[in-house]
This record gives sequence, structure tokens and C-alpha cells, in this order.
Amino acid sequence: MKVHSTNSLLIKGGHLIDPAAKIDAPMDILIEGGHVAEVAPPNKIKGADERFDARGLIVAPGFIDLHVHLREPGQTHKETIATGTAAAAAGGFTSVCTMPNTVPVVDSVEWVQWLRSPERSAVVNVFPIAAATQASKGTTLTDFRALQRAGAIAVTDDGKPILEDDIMRAALALGSELNFPVVQHAEDTRLTEHCSMHAGARSFRLGLRGMTAAAEANIVERDVHLAMQIPNGRLHVAHISTADALKGVRRGKRARTRVTCEVTPHHFTLTDDDVRDYDSRYKMNPPLRSASDLEAILVALEDGTVDAIATDHAPHASHEKEVEFELATFGITGLETALALAVTKLHKEKRMPLARVVELLTAGPARCFDVRGRGSLGRGYFGDVTIFDPKKRWTFEAEASLSKSKNTPFGGWQLTGKVVATIVGGKIVHRA
Amino acid sequence: MSAARGSLLGIEHLDAAEILKILKFARRMNPEKPRPLLKGKRVVLLFYEASTRTRSSFEIAAKILGAHTVLIQAVGSSIEKGESLLDTGYTVRALGADVIVIRHPNAGAPHVMARHIDVPVINAGDGLHEHPSQALLDAYTILRNKKKFPGLQVAIVGDIFHSRVARSACHLLSKFGVKIILCGPAELVPEIASTIARGVRVTRHIEDALRGTDVIMLLRVQKERLTGMKIDLPDYIAHYQMTAARLKMAKKDAIVMHPGPIIRGLELTGEVADGAQARILEEVRNGVPTRMAILARAVVRMR
Repeated sequence: MKVHSTNSLLIKGGHLIDPAAKIDAPMDILIEGGHVAEVAPPNKIKGADERFDARGLIVAPGFIDLHVHLREPGQTHKETIATGTAAAAAGGFTSVCTMPNTVPVVDSVEWVQWLRSPERSAVVNVFPIAAATQASKGTTLTDFRALQRAGAIAVTDDGKPILEDDIMRAALALGSELNFPVVQHAEDTRLTEHCSMHAGARSFRLGLRGMTAAAEANIVERDVHLAMQIPNGRLHVAHISTADALKGVRRGKRARTRVTCEVTPHHFTLTDDDVRDYDSRYKMNPPLRSASDLEAILVALEDGTVDAIATDHAPHASHEKEVEFELATFGITGLETALALAVTKLHKEKRMPLARVVELLTAGPARCFDVRGRGSLGRGYFGDVTIFDPKKRWTFEAEASLSKSKNTPFGGWQLTGKVVATIVGGKIVHRA
Repeated sequence: MSAARGSLLGIEHLDAAEILKILKFARRMNPEKPRPLLKGKRVVLLFYEASTRTRSSFEIAAKILGAHTVLIQAVGSSIEKGESLLDTGYTVRALGADVIVIRHPNAGAPHVMARHIDVPVINAGDGLHEHPSQALLDAYTILRNKKKFPGLQVAIVGDIFHSRVARSACHLLSKFGVKIILCGPAELVPEIASTIARGVRVTRHIEDALRGTDVIMLLRVQKERLTGMKIDLPDYIAHYQMTAARLKMAKKDAIVMHPGPIIRGLELTGEVADGAQARILEEVRNGVPTRMAILARAVVRMR
């Protein structure tokens, strides 16, 4: 009997889509010592300790999620790094960027190191995003340089947007010196107090106070304006959701400012009209927007205004969700449905080329945060690979989710496109 | 789980035939004559928010029908100690509740309760959303005064945005082809309000709202729900207060309604409140047979 070591892995017979390397063709891939050793047309590579038969499947660089809440430290009843990264692996994500709005807030070198420690039992790569201001209070900047050295990949005060112009300007200026992206959850919270969904006909009908599109667009407008004044300032707009905010990003990109943005699968799939019967599985922030906002998002995904698909995976315990809609926590889980929603909604329904879908999950996010050695499968890159079947029809069962929480509106949905295997550093961490 | 049979969560999803059935059932209820349709049943009144009219009206209605009533108010109960809505619901159910009447400051609270608890839930007002028993008693009052709905024009004046009464009234009247005019300043009557139901339009001018109108429904400016919104009260009074002079702009036989509590000198003058065209106290009286019908419908077949 032959003994298999995992030193080298040959992925054979698959169709490689690697947008960064401009490859969309049948290719075999050899991973050795955790890195890509060779990429070659079928049957050219011989010998490997282990083989993966990828016939009929798409082989892609490992997906990168720029926006997840793994709830550690402090809120392990919602999720842990172990459970959250297991869900990530099941969804094809080999790298996740974690949000710092934990308890306590990740605003120090110690917490960044703690998140990266092997003791957290992460099954995929974890890149901490640190707080931009101390305790995310929006008043004093954190030590960007030290946080970056400790391994933080960006800074943000997610959930508590930086409203003060001076602080945001200072954050972008310091970020520009360090080539460190400043991520903004764009919401003018002075305009959204007591709001639980998007402001429109649906919110009026339901008697719920609504967040206007302007509350998002105003902040994006302001941030882009500030970023344009700072040479090499890097702004990343998290989970952008409105047509007006996308206009702001376009303006920045046209002016060659380094502004990037991400969109969540739920914002390209659902609208505020789906909020019915006070079901808090449809409550998240930013909220589900109007049909015209969704149309604008589809255009922006297509034309390159949007750089990445990010899940904003936000697990919550059932007792935090099964309450009065206005009192329920914001957020839904998303790691295990992202690819399937992208394939179903963007590729199958809207005819977006599969290569663009893959780009939004790989090269796109890698560029936003300069995730080095990932997002492509060129020789020498990390051996992070996602293998999926773009035609597989399946039903997502929320209860079967590997996340600790089940707060998703997509339970029972029939979807197309399923992850078959997830490989991190040459090791298979998930196999369907 | 869907809501238990006999629940009344809102008007929006009731059809016209069901509404007429409830109104017909209400006409056969006599508050002077006890009718033990709910004999031995337990009606729990779960009030998370202050109420005079609605609470006492449901309580009286339940008693006339022979039910035991239990009143649970947020203040002085476990709710104050942090018990969740659903846990309170499970507790009330375990106590043997046959009907739960709930008033809550958050929109949709009765819907969440009804989704998890297999006892009929009656919405006695949820946040800014709906107040179905008020809409039904107002429909009852309109029919007693105007005989039928078709051809009627109803003006609803005041704080539409914060009004669950207005939302329920729009849904109900629209189902019978009534022309509905919503009137008030933009902060209180957003343009989007006209999308709530068919036949609804918005105007800023009181004369426009009153011309040809059969029924004027006035609403209180709900200071407790404004949350930072600034309303210029003298300006509101100057443009929208119902005065005897303005009342003349409506049809001669127009009636004036108000869900209460009224604030004399604000949305209406004392003269109008006490005038011959006012039906404000009649609404309160009609609340009892209407709520008798709603409670009875929760437990028995309407006959």
C-alpha cells in the first residue's frame, strides 16, 4: 500500500480560471511545500504524493473574503474562529479578513497577535482588520504602524463609522504613508437612529423607520473627496449598497484615487421588498435596498466599479434575532452561500462571465488589501485553491451550516454552483 | 408557523369579505346584553405601552362575553426585568391563555408572537404599523353614519407618518373603493404614503383635502414618537387645525372622527370636538361591540 503524504498535491483535469494570470483553460496544477510549483496544460505534470481529480470542475485561486465577523474575542456564543473558518472553508474561502468590532475591540497589537495565534484553530487564513480608532470611539487613531507590523491587513471602525472629517482625513493620511487601507462602513449614523431597514414604500407600509440612501452616499462622497486630496490615500468602502454611493466611488476611480469597494451577495440578490412579516433574517446593515439600487449594483459589478464580493458574514444567536424586528441585531451569515448566489444570480441569471465572478472573489479582493501571494495561482503563490462545480444544483439547509449561528434568509433556497474542495497551503481543508 | 386561526394582526392582509363579516358580527353584539360566547375562556391583555381606550374597551368586551381577563403591563411585570417577548408569550400560553391581545411600541411584535405561539393573537396597536381594531370600529362608525362605502371620500389629517391608525384605515377603506386623501406637512405626511394602498393621495392643503369630503379623520401629533423631528406647532395649527370655519369646506353632512386622545386647541378646536358633526365619543362606544366581535371571532365561528 502506497503511503500518501501531503507534501505535494496534483490537481488534475480541471478547468483553471485565474483572472489575475489571465488564464481560462484546462490546466493541471502542482502544489509543493504549500506553494504552487507548476501550472501546465493537461497531462504534462507527472508524479505527486496526492492527486485530486478535478474533471468537470472549475479550479480557481482560493477565495478571499474581505469582510467577516468571527466574533472572537468575546462573543463565542455567536461564532468562534474555529467554527467561522470551518464555514469559510465550506464556502470556498481560503482567506478571511476579520472585523475588529469584538469584545473588546481589536485595537491593539496583542489582540491582533491573539487572533493570528494557532491556538485559535483556524482552518483557513485569518487576516485581522484592526480598529482605526481606539475602542472604535472615533476620536484617537490607533497605532497603525504597530498594528500593520503585527499582521493587521487594514483598519476600520466597522459598525461605528468615522464621522469626524478630521479623524477620517488623519486616518487616510497615515494609511497612505504605510500603504494601509482604511475601510469605512459608510453610514451617517446621525441620520439612521432607530432605523431598522431601508427607507421606502416598504418601510412606510411596515411602520419601520428607514435608513435613507443619502445616509450612505453622503459618507462615501465625503470619504472619496478626502481620499482625492491625499496622495496615495487608500479608501475601501465596505458593503456598498446604493446607486448614489456607487457614483461617489466612480468619481474617485475616475480621478485615479485608490478607492475600492465591495458588495455583499445579499445586496445583489434581495431588495427591501423581501422584508416581510418582520422576519429579522432579512435585517442587516446596510439594509436591503430598492430594486433600482440592486440594478445599479449589478451594473457596477459588471463594469469594474465594484472590486470584490465580500460576505459581511455576521452570525447572531437565535435569541438575538427572534425578537421584535426593531430590536433584533443586524446581520446575516453568508460564508456558505456566497459562491452559489454569485453563480446563480450573476452568472446564470445575468450572464456575467464565470471568470468575472471568480475575479470578484479572488484577484479583486487581493488587490483591495494587497493580500500578498494569494488571489492567483502563478508559480510561487500560496497553494490556496477553491474547486467548484458551477452547474451543481443544490439546496442550502441553514441547519446544516457549519457556522455556530443559523441567521440566514437563504435556508431552503435552490442554488446553482457548489464548492467541491477547498485547499489551503496545499492541504485539503474541506471536501464536499 | 403561521398565526393561529382567529388571529387579527392587521387589516392589510384581510379581504373585504372577511371585514364585512366582522362588521356584521359586530352589529349583532349588544354591550348591554351579556352573551357568553367566551364563557370560561382566558383573555390575556399584554400591554407594553400606555393605553386607556383600547385596553378598557377590550377588557369590557371580553367581560361581556363571559371571559376572564388578565392584564399584564410592562411596568411591574417580568418584562421590566428583561424577559423577552417570546418568553412572555410562552409564559402566558402556559397559564392557559385562549386569546392574547397585545399592544406594543415596536411594529410587528404581534406578528413575531403569532409566529411562535399557537394561540390567537390580536394586535391592539403595534408601533407605527397597524391598529386593526381601531380601523374596524371606525368602519363600523362610518357605516352607521354613511350607510355604504362606495362613493365616499375620506380625508385623514395630521401625523400620518407616526400613525398606525392611519395605516390601518387606508388599508381598510381602500378595499371598498373609498377615495382617501392624506393631508399634512411633508415631515408628517411623506409622499411615499400614497403608495400604501389604491385610491390614496397626498395633499398639503387642507381646503383640497376637505372639498367634497364625507368623513374627516383627525390625528394627534404624537410628540412621543417624533424622535428628534421638529414640528412647528403654531405653524401646524395655522395650516391644519380643524376649526368650525374649515369644517364648512367639507360636505354639509360630513362627520368628524378622531381615534383619541384629542388635544383641544391643537389638531382641533373645542368647538369642533363638541360640535354636532363630531363622532368621537360614538367611536369609543362602537369600540365595545367591534372588539366583542374580534374576540369572539378568535374563538368561535362567526354567526
